Amino acid sequence: MNGKRIRISGGRIIDPSQGMDRIGALLIQDGRVLGFDLPTSEGETVLDAAGCIVAPGLIDMHVHLREPGREEDETIETGTAAAVAGGFTSVACCPNTEPPLDSPAAVEFVRQKAARARRCNVYVIACVSRNREGKELAEIGQLAAAGAVAFSDDGAPVENSELMRRAFEYCLMFDRPVLNHCEIPELARRGVMHEGKVSLILGLSGIPAAAESVMVSRDIALAEATGGKLHVMHVSTVGSVEAIRRAKARGVRVTAEVTPHHFTLTDEALRSFDSNFKMNPPLRSEDHVRECIDGLRDGTIDVIATDHAPHSKEKKMQELDRAPFGVVGLETALGLIVTHLIRPGILTWNQAIQKMTINPAKILGIPKGTLAVGADADVTVIDPEVEWTVDPGRFYSKSSNTPFGGWTLRGRARTVLVTGRVVYPFQTEC
Amino acid sequence: MDDRLAQLRDLSARWHRKCLLGLEELTAEEIGVLLDTADLFRQAFDAGERKFSLLSGKTCVNLFFENSTRTRTSFSLAARRLGADVVDFSASTSSLSKGETVIDTAKNLESMGIDAVVVRHQTPGTPHLLAQNLRCSVLNAGDGPHEHPTQGLLDILTIRRRLGRIAGLTVALVGDIAHSRTARSNIWGLKKLGAHVIVCGPSTLVSPLWQELGVEYSYSLDAILPRVDVLNLLRIQFERQASRPFPSVAEYVSLYAMDANRLKRTKEGILVLAPGPINRGVEVTADVADGSHSAILDQVTNGVAVRMAALWLVIGNAA
Repeated sequence: MNGKRIRISGGRIIDPSQGMDRIGALLIQDGRVLGFDLPTSEGETVLDAAGCIVAPGLIDMHVHLREPGREEDETIETGTAAAVAGGFTSVACCPNTEPPLDSPAAVEFVRQKAARARRCNVYVIACVSRNREGKELAEIGQLAAAGAVAFSDDGAPVENSELMRRAFEYCLMFDRPVLNHCEIPELARRGVMHEGKVSLILGLSGIPAAAESVMVSRDIALAEATGGKLHVMHVSTVGSVEAIRRAKARGVRVTAEVTPHHFTLTDEALRSFDSNFKMNPPLRSEDHVRECIDGLRDGTIDVIATDHAPHSKEKKMQELDRAPFGVVGLETALGLIVTHLIRPGILTWNQAIQKMTINPAKILGIPKGTLAVGADADVTVIDPEVEWTVDPGRFYSKSSNTPFGGWTLRGRARTVLVTGRVVYPFQTEC
Repeated sequence: MDDRLAQLRDLSARWHRKCLLGLEELTAEEIGVLLDTADLFRQAFDAGERKFSLLSGKTCVNLFFENSTRTRTSFSLAARRLGADVVDFSASTSSLSKGETVIDTAKNLESMGIDAVVVRHQTPGTPHLLAQNLRCSVLNAGDGPHEHPTQGLLDILTIRRRLGRIAGLTVALVGDIAHSRTARSNIWGLKKLGAHVIVCGPSTLVSPLWQELGVEYSYSLDAILPRVDVLNLLRIQFERQASRPFPSVAEYVSLYAMDANRLKRTKEGILVLAPGPINRGVEVTADVADGSHSAILDQVTNGVAVRMAALWLVIGNAA
């Protein structure tokens, strides 16, 4: 216990994991939280956080880092740079790489690459099914032993109900959650956007809300029957939110996340025919957006996650039905949450930070998301007032497929520490 | 002839767009300019004046990614009758099959010095994508089920020339509304000009959501027949349907085919349109298609006039 001490002073420390909301100093030593408001000591480094929020390091439990296999879109190096620039100290990456993350070696590869990049913590979500084919279970036990924190076939749903049931049952042994991208393929087939008035006008094939809600209901029933842990990824419909709310009320082990684009944008955006508004699940109509926001407010939705899905410009600059689904989100999420949830009074700072720290940490079972004494000193210092304009040309992500280019936002990460080390702002920057 | 040219120039002065992408974004006034211009070209055609030099020195490219005989020929003839050069570009023989993107293809063509691209594509919004990326004029010749503005205009011009007005008429669009770009362009144009529009077809292809566009919907052709002034019989687009929206063609025919029997229950002066290509015996039987109420071939003649108007107005405005 003789490493250099860091004092983050004068900020408003908000840590929902211990019900903390106070102005004061956070002390860090040897990469861990040492305590609060301790007397100053010789040689400590002082980071002035006056006027800022000091939060446990933010966690994004749903990102696509694309490596291995699609390095033209993103790499673990660029994706984690984007993460820390956006204020995240931990991300959980999805297994829809090429090859998919369905083997201990693949999990180890990602962990090694992340360690080499030395930006933020990277947790691996491994495949539910071998080769992500939806046919038979992947080696979930060995994957868990290799460090996988959760299981998902994201990119695609676990379509087969029997396989989903087995996954819930099998994951009980390892106390791991199953994260599902809920979408009935035959209902969503050929769809490009939300099915509704706008798709009708534009003549674009629609993905009905029921394509999601039906599978959410199925998964809730299976989780209830097996006692398994279900986490519903990127919830976007009234039916899903209502089903999750009811399930929680009767004690089903279900959690859920919403993405920033699903609480800020509607399907009206597709009138531009811009593929940066094409994602899956699609941008929904106003009523669905309102319900997602209600779910965030009343706690039905536990987590805000980005579903950061980088795609190179060449892939996105195509006809709308050929362009891939997905948008980047790591570098805009915090600003969108501050501007569109906190400032309008939909969520308090405490609620918002909870959904980006301790809640995802609990779901994934990782020792993060808290500033408790002795915890890893992952800290995000947020300037809540700073106004900035989203400039996709300045993203650290390798891709710039954002629907928010040109938006003016308030709130941004000022300083980010991972285990006591300042990882943002970048030291090499001029 | 000189008188007609003066009238054409007057109309052109009231047009300010470089592209024609759809009827949704046009005002009633702009649609009026297009129709009046087209009507003048049609009158000229009937008077034997088939050649103009309004676009001499200009080049138009037909960039068709979907099969088409009628629309492509119609645009080609229209451009030639205005004195423009025409190049046909077919997707199947192009570098698109070598992986080039549609934007790169169009930019390459533009670099060869062209004034207008007439594009047909299976994906809604592709003409808009090109319009954002090209300096020349872009005309939408059909983008998936989204819009087909010149088809909408020629249908409306045909109605206006036959019945003398649009405002106050009841026009029924019958058939595969869900997949029909013709339906959408007709709805926007007709509504803006004051017509009452009914969309009619099986409940898998017509939904109550259409009411939000300001139109009436009906599942029963027989129920609406007595009160419509115009029937526009849309083709069943089997190729666009993800799954069969009705059990059999025979069942569809029994419910929606316009035949001599149903014709007896219509208003006396009923006008029957079909944008073609028609499936004889499905949407319409031969006796109705070829009968005195049918304006199907008149639509084709008007189509050339409408495309002359569209090309001249947009290219003339870009220059």
